[in-house]
Amino acid sequence: MSFLRRNLPSMLVMGIPLMWIALFMLLPYGIIVTYSFWLKKYPTFIPAFQFGNYITIFTDPQYVRVFLRTLKISVLVSMASFLLAYPFAYYLVFRCRSVALRTWLYMAVIAPLWVSYLLRAYIWKTILGTEGVLNSFLMSLGIIDEPSSLFLYNQFAMVVTLTYIFIPFMVMPIYTALEKIPTNLTEASADLGMGPWRSFWTVTLPLSLPGVAAGFTLTFCLSFGDFIAPFLVGGPDGNLIANVIATQFGAALNWPLGSALAIVMLVVVLTIVSLSDRMERKGMTGGV
Amino acid sequence: MAQKTPGLVSRYGADTAFMSFVAFLMAFLYIPIWVLIAFSFNDSRSLTWPLSGFTLDWYRKLWSNSDLIAAIGNSFYVATLATVVTLAVGVPAAMVLHKFDFPGKSVFRRLILLPITLPGIVTGISMLNMFKLMGFPLSLETVILGHATALLGVVVTQVYARLQRLQPSLEEAAFDLGASPWRSFIDITLPNIRSAIIGAGLLSFVLSFDEIPVTFFLTGRDNTLPMYIYSTMRRGVTPEINAVGTIIVLLSLILIVVAVIATRERKK
Repeated sequence: MSFLRRNLPSMLVMGIPLMWIALFMLLPYGIIVTYSFWLKKYPTFIPAFQFGNYITIFTDPQYVRVFLRTLKISVLVSMASFLLAYPFAYYLVFRCRSVALRTWLYMAVIAPLWVSYLLRAYIWKTILGTEGVLNSFLMSLGIIDEPSSLFLYNQFAMVVTLTYIFIPFMVMPIYTALEKIPTNLTEASADLGMGPWRSFWTVTLPLSLPGVAAGFTLTFCLSFGDFIAPFLVGGPDGNLIANVIATQFGAALNWPLGSALAIVMLVVVLTIVSLSDRMERKGMTGGV
Repeated sequence: MAQKTPGLVSRYGADTAFMSFVAFLMAFLYIPIWVLIAFSFNDSRSLTWPLSGFTLDWYRKLWSNSDLIAAIGNSFYVATLATVVTLAVGVPAAMVLHKFDFPGKSVFRRLILLPITLPGIVTGISMLNMFKLMGFPLSLETVILGHATALLGVVVTQVYARLQRLQPSLEEAAFDLGASPWRSFIDITLPNIRSAIIGAGLLSFVLSFDEIPVTFFLTGRDNTLPMYIYSTMRRGVTPEINAVGTIIVLLSLILIVVAVIATRERKK
């Protein structure tokens, strides 16, 4: 009895999360893995074990194209976020001398995370649209004569919108990584006669790579699985994998194919996460 | 730092360049939000420049929209319960990661953090499949389970980070004084991680309130606020959405302030 009383708390502490993971993660993943081998047979689908769904995904040009487009958009979003986030984080950590200003600027970049994600995608739809704010603004300035459809419903709009939405996920890890770099390292390299650029390339940048890797992982994975922004600003050529998955579980009613697509997405995400994990660990042991 | 004059010049130039860059980034992040707010007060149905006149009509219309009010109620229900559940699972999970060593711990850690990087759609459809298979009808409650699962990683990372910074000697002292694990948790650990739990809870609430990908697949007939806004958006852009959006921005701002105050660590 006293054994039970002493150990019950720790059993609960262990048990609750384990049960939750088993019931709401492992079991559901197991089920979609199973479904991904099933066959679509009008009007629903039947149990089977065959690789048809996967073969379709990797050979049917329709799906291959969507897959490549998703990869391209996610890479562009990660790159754009990186190019905006790195100089910003660098400025905050090494250049900004006022602690108050640093805190405010950092908060200003993170704060949008608390503002509805859907709203942030919607804003760009209203700005970039043919009848939208940007077009009418440019027309009122006399820069363009008639509304241009150049902005909305294309991949450019998608990259801008997704970058806008996910940039905090790039700033946070890079900022953390830069903050950890001891200032005496850059000072030492300056004392050794290195110019600021050389110090940056040989000291600061390599030491911040784990943060960069984490930022790329987050922004890439999040864009890779997004289906709201593509729907709102992507237009007919803007379907990403997640949109196709959503269609399989909606109008197309092909759950086996949708499950297989979800598994492919899961595998891509897992691969990237473990690659970046390895990089981060290397950064920790190989670094300072 | 001993710098030659050209160094000073280039340093000054670099500072200017950095400042302009930061200003550009701030403009990129915040002009769109001001555009959203401005058009919620504009008296034209189309969202085009220039603004034509001031009105509160779009806000007035919100009050009489019963679907919207119901959706807001649903969202509060879902976000509150999802936060409670995800804390009830996430805090113990963070404790497990912090305290115990067991085979498969790294798998456990990865699984629990997975939903942070895993697109919501995968969580959504995998749970949808399970509920359908078990004959569980979709409802706001299934949405709550989905959100709690998707947000687990957020809670665990925040609470775990705080636990790591805790002095182990505190708990050891409690044990030496004969406190049970439960007592030492309540009296020692909990007060020290309280602000992290509050912060994680607030963030979970906001993220759940705002969640679409998981909700999209797991909801039955009831709509949450973002789902309602989403279905309105499919029909086109209207200033009413801007009005709802402005209110959401305002509420988020209040929550951020609350979170900053609540999670501020007491300075020694």
